[in-house]
Formats: sequence, structure tokens, C-alpha cells
Amino acid sequence: MSWEMVIGLETHVELSTQSKIFCGCRTDFGAEPNTHVCPVCMALPGALPVFNEKVLTYAAMAGYALNCHVHHVSRFDRKNYFYPDLPKAYQISQFYRPICEHGHLTVQTAAGERKIGITRIHIEEDAGKLVHDEKQGTMLDMNRCGVPLIEIVSEPDIRSAEEAVLYLRKVRAILTYIGVSDCRMNEGSLRCDVNLSIHKAGEPFGTRTEMKNLNSFQSVERAIQAEFERQVAAVEAGEEIVQETRRYDQKTGKTSSMRRKENSADYRYFPDPDLPEVRLTDDEMARIRAAIPALPDERRDSYMNTYGLSAYAAEQLTAERWLAEYFEEAASVAKTPIAVANLMQGEVFALMSARATEAEKQGRTAPEGRESLPIAPKNLAQLADMMADGRVNSSMGKKIVAALFVEDQQPEAYAAAHELFTVGDDTALLAAVSQAMESNPDMVESYRKGKTNVEKALMGKAMAITRGKADAQRLADLLRQALTEE
Amino acid sequence: MRSYAEICRLTVRQLMDALSSGSLTSVEITEGYLASIAAQNGTINAFLEVYEADARNEAAASDARRAEGNPLSPLDGIPIALKDNMLVAGHTCACASRMLQDFVSPYDATVTQRLRAAGMVILGRLNMDEFAMGSSNENSAFGVCRNPWATDRVPGGSSGGAAAAVAAGMVPAALGSDTGGSIRQPASFCGVTGVKPAYGNVSRYGLVAFASSLDQIGPLCKTAEDAALIMGVIAGHDRRDATSDAALPTRFGLDARDDLTGLTIGLPKECFGEGLSMPVYHAVMAAAEALRAMGAKVVDVSIPSLPYALSAYYVLSSAEASSNLARFDGVRYGYRVKEYADLDELYRRSREEGFGLEVKRRIMLGTFALSSGYQDQYYQKAQQARELLRHEFGLALAGCDALLTPVAPTCAYRLGEKTADPMQMYMGDLYTVPANLTGLPCVSVPCGLAEEDGASLPVGMSLTGARESLQTLLSIASAYEQRQKPNAGIHPYDRLLKGVTKA
Repeated sequence: MSWEMVIGLETHVELSTQSKIFCGCRTDFGAEPNTHVCPVCMALPGALPVFNEKVLTYAAMAGYALNCHVHHVSRFDRKNYFYPDLPKAYQISQFYRPICEHGHLTVQTAAGERKIGITRIHIEEDAGKLVHDEKQGTMLDMNRCGVPLIEIVSEPDIRSAEEAVLYLRKVRAILTYIGVSDCRMNEGSLRCDVNLSIHKAGEPFGTRTEMKNLNSFQSVERAIQAEFERQVAAVEAGEEIVQETRRYDQKTGKTSSMRRKENSADYRYFPDPDLPEVRLTDDEMARIRAAIPALPDERRDSYMNTYGLSAYAAEQLTAERWLAEYFEEAASVAKTPIAVANLMQGEVFALMSARATEAEKQGRTAPEGRESLPIAPKNLAQLADMMADGRVNSSMGKKIVAALFVEDQQPEAYAAAHELFTVGDDTALLAAVSQAMESNPDMVESYRKGKTNVEKALMGKAMAITRGKADAQRLADLLRQALTEE
Repeated sequence: MRSYAEICRLTVRQLMDALSSGSLTSVEITEGYLASIAAQNGTINAFLEVYEADARNEAAASDARRAEGNPLSPLDGIPIALKDNMLVAGHTCACASRMLQDFVSPYDATVTQRLRAAGMVILGRLNMDEFAMGSSNENSAFGVCRNPWATDRVPGGSSGGAAAAVAAGMVPAALGSDTGGSIRQPASFCGVTGVKPAYGNVSRYGLVAFASSLDQIGPLCKTAEDAALIMGVIAGHDRRDATSDAALPTRFGLDARDDLTGLTIGLPKECFGEGLSMPVYHAVMAAAEALRAMGAKVVDVSIPSLPYALSAYYVLSSAEASSNLARFDGVRYGYRVKEYADLDELYRRSREEGFGLEVKRRIMLGTFALSSGYQDQYYQKAQQARELLRHEFGLALAGCDALLTPVAPTCAYRLGEKTADPMQMYMGDLYTVPANLTGLPCVSVPCGLAEEDGASLPVGMSLTGARESLQTLLSIASAYEQRQKPNAGIHPYDRLLKGVTKA
């Protein structure tokens, strides 16, 4: 019997409120260090926290969107530990009475739909950031102190690295849909801790280890694989797995021990006496529920029904809210919505990821969200229709998308200006066929001697004569005719 | 024109009237008190710092406002001083600790803002037990404070400097903080009136936290009437303190009558038994008799869980303190050890050297009470006791307008008498901690002298009432003070202010 991994994820999500959770300071990412601070978030003597009610609304929204039970009453507790990025030496969190419990989400895996339980969602504050500098030593930036977070704790329902990533993508999709977070892993607004153990089917779960602060989908996937392999090797070698926190090293692709459980802190949680209980009335709950837009699963189903998209395509296009909204806008003006979907999933996604890779190489921040797709939806719709009609063929289509990525414009006008429309009339196509055959008599002869696979090469020659613009099907038909005549 | 010694004997009320009639200016009053501080502080050590220049400027500005007919409030120009745990922007706030001796506050506490908005003149910061932990002011890192009535004795604590300064005529009123009796017990030891308001009545924003669920700021004054006037300035909802309660009263106008007919005063029998010194017992019983003579009905009541209050208090206050004081880690501000090998050592040694013995004792107690495996036995049990006390006080107060108890089981003791035995010191908080655990308002009122240990010393009585009842408590206290004049003829002003003259 083979080993199976058992994974639970703790996902930290920064909420996109304008101000911090317990003071009025701004939350913008990337400001000059220690400019968004005040006595409260710097934990000066005498300062007191006052809860930003917007955080409650956002957390409850996340709870509803993740099918949780949202409590009328929740409460803040102090998690006590010393670390220089935590100026109060305690983090205000919700330990005993979290705002949300008992939720779930579903993901589409290769093997079908999987439901993953969510144990709880609680509200807490973020810590500051330590900046290590060779000359000046370690410095503290407190801008992030007090940025509101929710921590989403999953049940140990995840069974593969693939599922873990799908779960995270789904969390991100849902939270960006409801607009409570931008969920940018590169900016740390979505971070993930992985709890992993192994077992064989039917046997109890093994001892789990924890890997903290993984900051990309890729590192989550690789860390899981590496830790799974380590645990299997260890157990098969007769070693015992110890409960501990481990670090995943992106360079070596391995995990290593950080802290054993017996050395772990006793957080001495107790209710924060500075903060009264947090209450949600039935009316407030109803208002929050009503404000939740159509979520990815709902939209996925509707794309499948309305546009005839595959489950896979629909899942991809609903992975982020802006993407779904983009698709919906383009599809609404396209004559052939499915062509829009095909174009997006193919060439558009490829160009987006190429751009991101390029930016990364140059050390720039790649544009995110809607900015990563610099084409107006109506232009993409027009191009998809042009391709669906056969007015431009697929290779010209690719050329046009690439051009629009550089400078957005009407594809119709661009195709006209650069003469990219499909050459479809028989006179022009026959001329190309004849020219190709005349210039390559040896190929024609081979074909006629039975080496019919040279047809492809001749097709390429003929296509090149039309500078790639031919209606490929018609050109192939005419070439075949010409070759088989005589 | 009155002499400085005369000015320093006046109540806030009298100063207010003098300012209003023009018979005194704020500058004269302020100079009088500065002279009193200059003459006495060397002995008493009530002030840790005097803001002479600021005070003179503020007094002059106040007189200018009044001359233009625009005083900020009736109290505009009256001096006041703050315990060293309330923040005043631009000034050190040390909590009488080495840990914060160089900490200069960048912001004003809410109470500071309110005093300023009323035009009051801030004279300086007052000695206290380090981080408000103690009952004798002997835990100050900056020297003991002495009781003006008998300088070989403690002024009480932790607001010892505040009580001593008011008693010695070094300031007409002071703000203290009370977590387990820290306003009321020193008030009692020094023969002044002290108020611990209902929890949430005065903002804690800018008060360096000791135990957040118990801390309250309140006034120490010569009379209950003065305390009512100061409460009128500092009380009220503050959006920067989430525990601030907008439903509590903000005006404390007193009943002029000295007839207490219709009021019922309860004597909790648990407060008059073992541990209470006989002279204090007799003084408080005499006060009960006086209240009865003024028309009040005096009845016996019972708070059966009272014996648990002290243990519950020390567990909860230490638990909260262990967390509240964790921010003093030497990283961003406060005391930092000069040399350290690593982060752990920076934390450990900064705290070891920055905090005094009693503070470290409470941090360790509190850390233990919250630690996993012990939290149920200590912290949770203490919370249950607290709930029980709330319930029982509610029941007792359903039939009474106020509960009368001693403030402390003894009068002021000698310096050093209890420092060797912290348990002995903690026992002295027996009667004061319930008001903090229950969040109820409580007033400490002088009720004469007791002959104790060969000395004649002030005794205080305590009046506790329902959450919104502070005005009633102050009215009873004021009526009592006016009828009984507990300090008349016995207060050592003549001796104390003898040397206070114009320079």
C-alpha cells in the first residue's frame, strides 16, 4: 500500500481596508518605512486599540463566501510572545471565539470535484517587517503592524500538492471576487502555512510538521512534495517524525528543521481586556450576505451552460474576479463567445505569463490583475469573431493579439493596415499552389511517386507565398486537387 | 492679597471662586504652589519633576484669557499634577521606573487633553510605586515618598505622590490611577479625598497600562466637592478607549443638603472582621454613626465571596500586567542594556535591569497564572470569583445606595515596615480591590484620626455604589465632610506650610 499525504493549510490574508485594524493609519503597501504609524500601532505606552468595524464586515463576508457559520459574537484574545516585529509583544487575535467556523470550498481536480473543509476563520493583526541590512544591521519597519488579517484554517482534507494549490487558488478567487483582499502573494497579502503528515489508507494520520510563510503557489507545491518525500523516506528508514516547524529552502528544494515543539512558545492566550466583544446583528448579517457578488463556482456553472465552455475552461476563466468580469464583458459583445474563451486561454494567457517572466528577469514588478491584460474587452471580442469567421486565420490572429498587447487598437483596422486578412479567393490561392509546385518540382515528383507526406512541406511553401494569410483549409484542398490531377 | 501659605490651604472650589472674583490670579496661585513644592519636596519627594517654566506660561496665558473674559472653564488657571503614569506630550513619563526614565511622550493622554481644554495648569509629575505596583510608594525607582502627616511613614500607594502632594498643600488637586486601591488607600493614609470612578468613566488612553480591566484614573483632592469638579473635567466618553462607557455620567453637581434621609448605607460584615485594626474599626463605625445621625439608614449586608477578592485580584492584575509590560523590551524605547550577545540577552537583561523587584514579581506571577496547564486553575478561577463578586455586589446594592467599609485595615505604617513581606503588603488591599474587580465607583473620604502605633494618623472610609452612582457617593461624602469637618484642627498645614513664603 502506498503512502498518502494529509495536508491542512493555514492561509493568512491581508484585508484591503483603507485603515489598520486598531488605529487610523493607512494600510498601503510599499510606503516609506515607518511613515504609516502612530502611538497605537507602534505600541507606545498608554496607547489603546479601537477596532475598525470594516474589518468585521470583511471577515464576515469572507466567512459567508466560504460557506461558514458566522457568529453573532466573537472576541479578541492576546497571543503573547516576544519578537522585534511585534511591538506590543502580543498579537491581538481571536483564539477562543473566532468569528467564523465550519465552512468549506470545492475544487476541480483531474479526478473530479473535491470538497475541502474550513475549520475556522479568525481576525488578527499583522506584525511589522524586519529588514536586514549588512551595514546597519536589522531594522524594523512598522508600517505593516496592525494591518488587518484573516487566518483561514482548513481541515486536514487535502491529499496532494495539486489540491493544495487548487485550494489556495480557489481561496484567492473567492476573496478577490468579494473584494476583501487583493491576495497578492508577491506583496505578502496572501501567505500560507502548510501542515503535513503521512499515512497509509485506513490508518491513522502520522505526526505532522508545519512549514511557515510560503509565499508563492510554486513554493507551496514544491515544499509539499519535498516534505512528503522526506517524511516517507524517514518513516521507511524507521525514523520517527517529530512535531516541529520546518523551513522550505527554495534554492535547495529541501525542508529543514526550525523549531521543535518542546521549544515552542506558550502563547498564554487570554481575552484582550482593552477590547469589548464584537457583535453582529441579524440585520448586519443580512446586509453583508446581500453584498456578496456571484462567486466563481456559480459563474463557472453559468459559463458552461450559457456559452458551452468546458468545466476546465470555465474554472480557468473564473479564477479571478477581474478575469471573469473581463471575459463576461468581451463575451457580451462577441458573436462567438466561445472563441473569446479559446483566445483568452490560449494566446492571451501565454502572452500574460511571458510578460510576467520578462518583468521578473528584469527585476521589475509585473503588472497584476486587470493591468496584466492591456487589451480592451471589445477589441479582444472583435478579434475572436474575426478568427471564428475565418477572416483571419489562427497564425494571423496570434500576430494581432501580440500587436494589441503592445498597443491596444481595433483589430479590424490593424488587420486592414497590415493586410492580414485571410486570402480566401480561389484565384489567389491557385496561383500560390501553382507557384509552389513549379518552384519545387522534386517534391511534386516525390508525391506522385507515393511519398505523400511531402504534401505538408508543399503546403508550407504555398502558405508562405500568401505570407501566412491563406485560408488554410481551402489552400490544402486546392493543393491536394492539383497534386492528384493529371 | 493672600500669603502663599494661605493659598496652599485653599480648596479647588475656593480657588475657583477667587479667580472668578478676581481676588487671585492664576499666576499668584501657581507661584504659591511652586513655592510650596520648592519648600517641601526635598522632604516629601512627592514630585518627580516640576514643570516650572510651562506652568508659569500656562498660568499667565490663563490670566490673559480671564482678563479678556474668555476663560476656558471655571477651573481655568487652577494647578493640578499628574501621577507619573499619564502622558504629557514633550515630557518624560517614567512610571517611576528605570525602564522608562528617559521616555519622553510624543502625545497627550486624553485626561491631559481634557485638563488643558479646561485651562488647568499642569505643575508636574508625581511619585508612585513603579508601574503602579505597590501600596506604599516604596517601589519607586526614584526614592520613597513620605507621608506629610508623619514623615517616617509611607503615604500609601501606588498614587503616594499624588496623595502626599495634595495633603501637603503642594498642589490643590492631583490625578492618580487606581487598579486595586491605588487612589483610595493613599488618600486614606494622607487624609485626603480620593475617587476611583466606575470603570469606563474616565478614558485610559495615555495611561500606561498596569491591568487594563481594572485601571481607572481619578482625582485626589482636599474635599469631595473638589473631586466632583475635577471629575467634571476628566470624565466622559473617548472614542480612543474602547472600554470607555458613554452611558456613565459626566456631570457631578452635588446635592447641597446635608440631610441623608431616604438613603440606605450598607455595612458588609465581611469587612469588619479579622485583620482590621481596632482604631480604624472604631473610626469607621463612628462615621457610620455620624451618617445615621444625618438621617441615613444604616444596615448590615453580606458579600459572601469577599474573602476571594484579594486572591482573584492578584491573579488577574498580575496576568494582565505580564502582558501589558511585555512591550518594554528594550527594542524601540525605554531602557536597553548596553552590551548583549543576541536578541534573547537583549530582552532578558534589559528587563532584568530596567524593572524593579516588585514589578518582576508580578510579571512572573502573571506569566505563571496564564501559562498552559495552570490557566484553568488560576486565571479562569479568578475570573469566576470576579463574576461572583459582581453578582453579589449587585444584590447588596439593590437594597443600598452605598456600601461603607474601611479603605485600609490600618493607618499609614512606617517606611520599611512591610517591604520584607509582600504578602503582608498585599493584605492591605483587602477592602479596595472589590471596586476594581466589579468596576464600581468608590470614594475614599477622611473620617478623622486614629491613635495607632503611638501616632495620631488619618483614617479613611470607603463608599461604594452602583455603576452610575458616583454623584450620590460624592454627595454623601461632601455632606459628611461639611458636617463632620474630619480634618478641621488636626491637619498639619501650619507645620507644613510654615516655610512657604514669597522668595
